[in-house]
Amino acid sequence: MTGRIPDPIEAGLQRGWRTIDAATLEHDRTLEADVVIVGSGAGGAISAEILARSGLSVIVVEEGPLKSSRDFQMREADAYPQLYQESAARKTADKAINILQGRAVGGSTTVNWTSSFRTPQPTLDWWRRHHGLPYASNDELAPWFAMAERRTGVVDWLVGPNENNAILRRGAAKLGISSAAIRRNVQGCWNLGYCGMGCPTNAKQSMLVTSIPAALDNGATLVTRARAERLRLRGQQAEELVCSALGADGVLPSGRQLRLRARHFVVAGGAINTPALLLRSKAPDPRGQLGKRTFLHPTVISAAFYEKRVEGWAGAPQSVYSDHFLSQGPIDGPMGYMLETPPVHPLLAATMMSGFGEQHAAAMRDFAHLGGMLALLRDGFHEDSPGGVVRLRSDGGGELDYELNDYLWDGARRALLSMAEIQFAAGARTVQPAHEKAQRYRSWGEARREIAALPQRAHVTRVVSAHAMGGCAMSGDERRGVVDPAGRYRGLANVSVHDGSLFPTSLGANPQLTIYAIAARLASGLAAELTGRPAAALA
Amino acid sequence: MAYTEDMANQRNTSRSTTGKTSRRTFLAVGGLAALALGAGGAWYRATHRQAPHDFALDGEARAALHAIAPAILDGALAHDPGRRQRQLGAAIDAVEAALRGLPQATQEEVQDLFGLLALRPARRLLTGVPTGWESTDIAHVSAFLQEWRVHRFGMMRSAYGALHDLVLGAWYAQPASWEAIGYPGPPRVPA
Repeated sequence: MTGRIPDPIEAGLQRGWRTIDAATLEHDRTLEADVVIVGSGAGGAISAEILARSGLSVIVVEEGPLKSSRDFQMREADAYPQLYQESAARKTADKAINILQGRAVGGSTTVNWTSSFRTPQPTLDWWRRHHGLPYASNDELAPWFAMAERRTGVVDWLVGPNENNAILRRGAAKLGISSAAIRRNVQGCWNLGYCGMGCPTNAKQSMLVTSIPAALDNGATLVTRARAERLRLRGQQAEELVCSALGADGVLPSGRQLRLRARHFVVAGGAINTPALLLRSKAPDPRGQLGKRTFLHPTVISAAFYEKRVEGWAGAPQSVYSDHFLSQGPIDGPMGYMLETPPVHPLLAATMMSGFGEQHAAAMRDFAHLGGMLALLRDGFHEDSPGGVVRLRSDGGGELDYELNDYLWDGARRALLSMAEIQFAAGARTVQPAHEKAQRYRSWGEARREIAALPQRAHVTRVVSAHAMGGCAMSGDERRGVVDPAGRYRGLANVSVHDGSLFPTSLGANPQLTIYAIAARLASGLAAELTGRPAAALA
Repeated sequence: MAYTEDMANQRNTSRSTTGKTSRRTFLAVGGLAALALGAGGAWYRATHRQAPHDFALDGEARAALHAIAPAILDGALAHDPGRRQRQLGAAIDAVEAALRGLPQATQEEVQDLFGLLALRPARRLLTGVPTGWESTDIAHVSAFLQEWRVHRFGMMRSAYGALHDLVLGAWYAQPASWEAIGYPGPPRVPA
């Protein structure tokens, strides 16, 4: 383990990649290409690779910076402001849900925890039956999943889980609850545990080290630190994308503008940002659906303290899951939830830990013995789970208004109970749900009684999300989605959407692989149409 | 609003300092106070125009943070007064640095909050803190933070959440805080 980690970004720049850091622009610029892609994350990067390999000229524009392994110092104080939307403090309109989304080249794939799931079968069935998506089936999507898994190095993770994940497996097993290993998109992983701050060894096969370099090697241009403000529309055509260059701080506009002209525009800024761009552009929306039905996998958290050291900062952060509570009833019945674990790093843990003063400090002194568990609530399948609405706030940025209602709180309560039971079964000394009125409970009996009685309420129950989805639903039925099954935005002849905002519901699993597979399918169709030849495959 | 028994117990020490009257007054005027939040912020922004790049809290707003942070960090801060002051200064600088990384709209919301806390009538209404921030003690601050945590108005709960996350986030982001919690820091990777 000596010697320098090879940095593929540094090497690519030396090979002559075409990149423009908009923060360094001294004049306005106008650029032109066959296709302009907004966003360099899971949807944008996969699209860029396919379109560029198919012989099209491509410009990818990204709001965040181009950072690489040498920048990834595994420090929260640097990583969150550099690599996340709104310094990892993006929130819903009422501040009740904290939303983690990436904002750097590679998007959320640069900072995700590597969990790689194919779309669950019940979700695909639902999309086929209720959202007019005939290709939403394992058979139709299998080749695209396989291509995406090959591209991103998805493997069975054979290394034993860290203690934080072993707790989930052990506690679940004691209670007869099924759990399984999570597949990960890594090659030669050092098992460090800092995936959320950018992989310092380039083991994670994120878009930053796979499809983005491939697109750039095939002649694409990457524009960073430029905010896509609006598409200028004329009739059914988008003529250009107007972008504001950001200043050196990467937050506020510098005053320089970029105008990006193209035959076709692919919007892949991720849920919240994609509908916000289309709202700012005044894209046609005759049924008022744009930005609606935005889903989050609203996530509740349970902390537990163990006799043994857990050291939840070390080792692959997510390697065990349980989908047991997704399959206890019909998909459109009471809200189901997926159980996983988060990495335990000081800033993240301290902000998720409720309370303040000596009580908080005492909990933090047990940091090494702290294990965390997450329940991701599957939203969007029940009539009482309509998701949130993206609106534009005063500075023009997108903001999600997501109401936490009784249907959701019922799921949250059951999820907090399930997690506490598993944590005690795994040997927890005390369990404390992330809730302002919760205490450190000393037994499952006490926890069961107290958690059942906790009032579930915005801000009082801590709710977070790392999976923003929907808002530009894709559907064969124009009454159910602003985007058609080929990814084309209805009413605009040359605009497509290729990201998680397409999902008509949440997934019930971590979304990266679903976005890769669907983007690959849609981008291949688009490439074939624009070139008149079959599309090139991903590497 | 209903407190659970254990929360009431937690608050016993602070209640003896602030007294029941101020607490009841505070709860009764919650609605008015929530309305004042916008006005206070607008006033602060109008009188404290500064380039967005230079986001900084000054005067009473900074004094408010200086008074609130020790209550949030109680138990983590050093007892030695000199060291404690240096720690607080570093934490508050880190809060300001974190704020500069937020979008403009969010920066304005935070300024609104501190603008409100800088206004004497609003401060008394919202926090029950009778005198200036300079002379406020931890017990006073802890008492109103406990109110805000579970307040019936979402705006007050979210204000508590913002203070909680900003101050604790800034504190535990610093390597100087890690030894006390047994975190060894990130591993070394040859880069």
